[in-house]
Amino acid sequence: MGLTLAEKILSQRVGREVRAGQIIVCDVDVALTQDGTGPLAVRQLEKIGMEKAARPESTILFIDHAAPSPRKELSNDHMLLRSFAEKTGCRLSDVGEGVCHQIVAEDYAAPGKVIIGADSHTCMAGALAAFATGMGSTDVAMGMALGKTWFRVPETIRIEVNGELPVGVYAKDLILHLVGLLGADGATYKALEFAGETIAAMPMWERLTLANMAVEAGAKVGLIASDAVTQEYLTAQGRPEDYKPLAADSDANYERVIIIDAAKLEPTLAAPHTVDNTYPVTELVGTAIDQVFIGSCTNGRLEDLAIVASIMSGKHVAAKVRCIVVPASRKVFLEALRLDYIETLVEAGAIVLAPGCGPCVGVHEGILGDGEVSLNTSNRNFQGRLGNPQGSIYLGSPAVAAASALTGVITDPREVLGYAAYR
Amino acid sequence: MTQLKGKVWVFGDDIDTDAIIPARYLNTSDPSELAPHCMEDADPKFAHQVAPGDIIIGGKNFGCGSSREHAPLAIKAVGVACVIAESFARIFYRNSINIGLPILECGAAAQRARSGDVLTVDLAKGIVTNLALHETYQAAVFPPFMQEIIGAGGLIGYVRYTLGKEKSPDG
Repeated sequence: MGLTLAEKILSQRVGREVRAGQIIVCDVDVALTQDGTGPLAVRQLEKIGMEKAARPESTILFIDHAAPSPRKELSNDHMLLRSFAEKTGCRLSDVGEGVCHQIVAEDYAAPGKVIIGADSHTCMAGALAAFATGMGSTDVAMGMALGKTWFRVPETIRIEVNGELPVGVYAKDLILHLVGLLGADGATYKALEFAGETIAAMPMWERLTLANMAVEAGAKVGLIASDAVTQEYLTAQGRPEDYKPLAADSDANYERVIIIDAAKLEPTLAAPHTVDNTYPVTELVGTAIDQVFIGSCTNGRLEDLAIVASIMSGKHVAAKVRCIVVPASRKVFLEALRLDYIETLVEAGAIVLAPGCGPCVGVHEGILGDGEVSLNTSNRNFQGRLGNPQGSIYLGSPAVAAASALTGVITDPREVLGYAAYR
Repeated sequence: MTQLKGKVWVFGDDIDTDAIIPARYLNTSDPSELAPHCMEDADPKFAHQVAPGDIIIGGKNFGCGSSREHAPLAIKAVGVACVIAESFARIFYRNSINIGLPILECGAAAQRARSGDVLTVDLAKGIVTNLALHETYQAAVFPPFMQEIIGAGGLIGYVRYTLGKEKSPDG
């Protein structure tokens, strides 16, 4: 019996064959925290007297969730992170650099690496065939100090996607559809392995969106085999040497296989207040919105902004809608400036904010008023997520978000996507 | 691990970490400051009415969502002795063990309990008794590996012990 991608990565990393169900202690290649979880990790590391991280060059303290800081308590937390990085030699990714997971994809993730992060969406790096998973502050802190952590090797659900995604349908629609299918706990403790001809043909910016939301079905990791797309992406990031081919064996043992016909998918949204509460856009068309948030680790990449710019070009955001756009990283922001996407968006009435998590976690930059509704391209719509339990959140693709920002109601992007659309 | 006895607070399925401790209160990791906001968006009365030793009952996927360790910290700080659920989200499960919050997966106990019932819990044996219903349930017991972490008072104590900085796992 062959190995799943999760089993293969972990087997290579521990130097012997390991199978689903085994508990292993494994070296950690990259460890990260963000400003919500980092201060707690730092205080734990101070308790055990850590002076230097096991791998300081790949131990990163990100400041992205509340950045720039909206209040003094968080500013003090940021100061703690900065001084700890300086003392211990850990890397610091400060205000304005961008969302941790985007920067991990750009600068750190690679096939076969083991990545742990004190942020649940750390699983995004699985798009590059890295075993990447979210943990709490204490777990990650110990990983930073010891350079090791423990895992239970997960069982795998294989998600096989075949056929071509229709115009106006993206990886975001696919993953929302899948989370709806699996349920919010349908993959708890397990690995998702995305495969099939649709995934093989899928560019990295969309693969990242898929892997990012694996955790919304409870999964530990969301993995995609590395291939020419991975190699091309790593080369574009200036790290061609980080590439290696990694794929599941053809006779691997899967707990379950789910087959999806991409050609049958429609633009899909998650309605309040859970991510698995999904509907085709046609069932939600006309729902009034007060705010649109385009960005986050899920959908704040250059290609996402290209789609939004192509839909908004020469048009204007609806009168009563705030359209907030947040590039996922400084690199994305600079490219979007060079390609005039930002100018297009600002002319269309969008509000462009500094790279980072933006309003996603509900501490700044777009907290809802009582009864207000936001349409987000991010990954969670829990009650209170945008800072107010009296607000409601829908999740959708950048195309849905852009089309809806122009009309002020949830709109089917297929109605506005012309031949000039990104896809 | 001792026998616990407490009054039940029942919550539903998919109680997420934003409901357990909203991000707007994450400007501190001081448990005593987190406690007054525990479960605020799921039940605003909870933090004010819960008594030390009470037990939270969850449905499926308790603790889903973000990786914030503040969630089990807030539950522990408000005085809850134990969380029993049909199932837990993965990160919450690890976090709870790491900070020393007892949690048990026990579908029967979770499905049957009503708010206000009194339960006794034997953590070492995984036995849950509902005194109001006169029913006893067997929960899954922690694997030995996790019992060592719990026995050391959480992961920090365990690492200190394994690094040889302390003489016994009790620190």
